[in-house]
Amino acid sequence: MKGVNKSLLIPLGVFVLLVAVLAVGFRLEDPHFLPSQLIDQPFPEFSLQALNEPERELTTADITGQVALVNVWATWCPNCLLEHPELMRISREEGIPLYGINYNDESEKARRWLVRHKNPFAFSIVDDKGKLGIDLGVYGAPETFVLDAKGVIRYRHVGEVTRRVWEETLSPIIDLLQAEALAATGQPGLSSPATIAAVEG
Amino acid sequence: MLNVRVVMLLLALLWIQLPASAAIDAYPFPDDAMRHRYTSLIAELRCPQCLNTNIAGSDAMIARDLRREVHRLVLDGQTDDQIREFMLARYGDFILYKPQLRAGTLVLWFGPLVFLLIALVVVFRLLRRRGMKAVALSDQDQARLKQLLTK
Repeated sequence: MKGVNKSLLIPLGVFVLLVAVLAVGFRLEDPHFLPSQLIDQPFPEFSLQALNEPERELTTADITGQVALVNVWATWCPNCLLEHPELMRISREEGIPLYGINYNDESEKARRWLVRHKNPFAFSIVDDKGKLGIDLGVYGAPETFVLDAKGVIRYRHVGEVTRRVWEETLSPIIDLLQAEALAATGQPGLSSPATIAAVEG
Repeated sequence: MLNVRVVMLLLALLWIQLPASAAIDAYPFPDDAMRHRYTSLIAELRCPQCLNTNIAGSDAMIARDLRREVHRLVLDGQTDDQIREFMLARYGDFILYKPQLRAGTLVLWFGPLVFLLIALVVVFRLLRRRGMKAVALSDQDQARLKQLLTK
């Protein structure tokens, strides 16, 4: 009788295991999401044209110095249009530098797109060959990177920036990084800020 | 002598296959060795956008860009391992269909083996239990069985 009971437990065990595996599997909301390899890496070196000032050569130095957002966008990307109003709001209200990377696009089209939908970016870096995109591990658009004051990539958001993404993720991370930058300049009374992992968790 | 002939035949077959597999790609290479390395690299790199296609077989923009990048790196004189490292540094383990053996990828490499072992243990125990039960038929059951069979 004891033996029979035990063997009845085997399907139950298998079931529990299966539920555990599937629970993890289905929790991954988006199977397209890949963790970035570039977190805590300096922003890759580049030297590329500015979209609206073709004679101006932009380099990594142009986006370093303050905590900043770098948004990868293109005219062929429908979700870029969806997140555009939120980017406009951020650039208008939040007082944080917002730079664009015009990724795998035609510059003429991109310039017209920015005129039509308004331009939230301090400038857009022309990455028409997708080379900077590859160095950033970008595999689609939109993607948004948060840089700290030293130009190190601290966070990457894949997909649209919605109001909710801003409030729950980007804004707290930016606050932490700004506090960190202040602490680094030797301002008194600022303890070492909590980690970004806490915000993500 | 026969062996030599077989080897020659195999070599001839290999030689015939090379231009056939490289015919699709439009990138120029100075020699066939480089072309061959390019073709095998794009076959073993996974397209980050499309979940289950290599960058050779995908029309996605990122796959096209990565093929161009592999072409550039091959011409640049980078070794296969350097090119894999280049991709790994940007896209992570996902990009390699055959991930490197590291602490983080142990589950990938040995997970299936663990499941096989569990399955074998379960099957083995079930079989043994079944065997024991057949032996353990009591006299009463034996008699009843005989009765049923002769009905």
